[in-house]
Amino acid sequence: MISLAGRDILHGWGKFVFTGVGLGLLIGVTLTMAGVYRGMIDDAQVLIDNSGADLWVVQKDTLGPYAESSSLYEDIYRGIVIMPGVAQAVNVTYFTMQVRHGERDVRSMAVGIVPGEAGQPGWPPYLVAGRQITRSHYEAVADIATGFKLGDRIKIRRNHYTVVGLTRRMVSSNGDPMVFISLKDAQEAQFLKDNDAIVQNRRRTAENPNFNRPGVPGLLEAVIASQSGNPYVNAVLVSIKPGYTAEQVAEPIRRWKRLTVYTRAQMESILIEKLIATAAKQIGMFLVILTLVSAAIVAFIIYTLTLGKIREIAVLKLIGTRNRTIAAMIMQQAVGLGLIGFAVGKIAATFWAPIFPKYVLLLPSDSLRGFVVVVVICALASVLAIRAALKVDPAEAIGG
Amino acid sequence: MADSYGIRIEGVRKRYGEGDTAVDALKHVDMQVAPGEVVGLIGPSGSGKSTLLKCLGAVIEPTAGRMTLGEQVIYDDGWKIPDLRALRRDKIGFVFQAPYLIPFLDVTDNVALLPMLAGHSNAESRKRALELLEALDVGHRAKAMPSQLSGGEQQRVSIARALVNRPPVILADEPTAPLDSERALAVIRILNQMASQYETAIIVVTHDEKILPTFKRIYHIRDGKTHEEAGEGRGFD
Repeated sequence: MISLAGRDILHGWGKFVFTGVGLGLLIGVTLTMAGVYRGMIDDAQVLIDNSGADLWVVQKDTLGPYAESSSLYEDIYRGIVIMPGVAQAVNVTYFTMQVRHGERDVRSMAVGIVPGEAGQPGWPPYLVAGRQITRSHYEAVADIATGFKLGDRIKIRRNHYTVVGLTRRMVSSNGDPMVFISLKDAQEAQFLKDNDAIVQNRRRTAENPNFNRPGVPGLLEAVIASQSGNPYVNAVLVSIKPGYTAEQVAEPIRRWKRLTVYTRAQMESILIEKLIATAAKQIGMFLVILTLVSAAIVAFIIYTLTLGKIREIAVLKLIGTRNRTIAAMIMQQAVGLGLIGFAVGKIAATFWAPIFPKYVLLLPSDSLRGFVVVVVICALASVLAIRAALKVDPAEAIGG
Repeated sequence: MADSYGIRIEGVRKRYGEGDTAVDALKHVDMQVAPGEVVGLIGPSGSGKSTLLKCLGAVIEPTAGRMTLGEQVIYDDGWKIPDLRALRRDKIGFVFQAPYLIPFLDVTDNVALLPMLAGHSNAESRKRALELLEALDVGHRAKAMPSQLSGGEQQRVSIARALVNRPPVILADEPTAPLDSERALAVIRILNQMASQYETAIIVVTHDEKILPTFKRIYHIRDGKTHEEAGEGRGFD
């Protein structure tokens, strides 16, 4: 038996292809939305992986440096590094800001890292160009997504930095590219005020009788000095020695240091289930709406195409064509339209994904899932047209 | 008239609706057509021609009467055939006023579709189709699409489609209406040839006066009743 659907598609291929392209662009948007969601998860994953940490020690009862504000004294790491099972414990700061480059601002996450060497927690694990930071001040390593180049001068707060290295896929959980600077610079930048504010603050402190006591020389200077520096970091990143489990090392730190410690699994859970949960729901809603719109479009197109063939369907029924043959013809056309649409959508998504400002991760498994959904939706969408076709009276072919 | 019958209709009635609004489209129809015979069925609009054709084509159910195809009773105050679709496919050929060819199938497959639907292989179905197309002098257009054919060629293809399963009966609903005299007579000539060649009983519903002289027998239908009369039976020599 010949394929009636195939012949009909070949006969009116232009109509099918153009409709399929339109549908395909919609499917492409749907696949891209799924890719955006996957990209967010991947961003969270690489943030954890690239930190090089096994444990995150953060301010008690906070969710850590990526999800909430966390503040620890910078000397806390000294007590952690001597705990059993701790290989390395290093301070780190994270803050999102606009980094100025020439006339443009780049939304970035500035990461403050302590002097050391590649492989140390917090450091970018690899570079694609240049070198790591070797000086204590005013050098930066930037993610390539910032658009910065080696030797570029960038401005963070009031200070200028030279880009000495470039790395890749070092992004925050929001997808903002990272810029690594030294911890001291980062601590200063995090709380640095402008000159007017500093003068005003000093004046306010000097006028406070609690800090400026006539009988206590040096107190005012000490207070002002303490206000000028920033002895805080956002977290201590800990790597553990071989032979220890993360929980074995984390539990004594929680108990004795009275701090909150997250393992890698817990941090993943915070990032994925808490931090990007709302965005994921938002994308999920878009996916549902786009799926419904796609289904409505396929249903409408197939229904219209079927109504245009009522006389032919009546003739087919009159000459003895089974209902299931006619139903299969319509369903195959709907699925054929879906296949054209899926192919166009997949190609379109593959081509436009790299242009998106945030990372779009198109997983083969999502494509496969999308393919199945498209086929099922197209099959379901053809039901309306099949019902209309099966209602056609073969007597219509005879007229009268 | 031959002793055996391709189709025989006795006392067929068809009533639409019920009660006060009931309409008797067919009141009493008797008709018989022998294998190889072509008869005309004429009548004014609303006389019941299309209703009779639909009853004969097993598309609508008569209210009462008896219909026999060859030796097989297909209706006797109720359908006697469980699968009317298969009956239409295997035993009845249809030729319409417009050819109604399937626009997305080429000429060969338009004709071969019926044997394919009946379960024959594609190759065998196409072989049968090509034989008929050759016999009807449209073999050279076998690969053409319906839209590429002239009106006369399309009608010949639709006749081939009606004949391809070798049905004992063909119902032709005003097959010459859209054609000029020459082409109309050519179609009737073909129907007569095919009727003789394949022993098919053909009923031609028509308003077309130019083809009336070609029938040996004509049934008039008026007010739901048929009356038989002899035609001129003018040959094509």
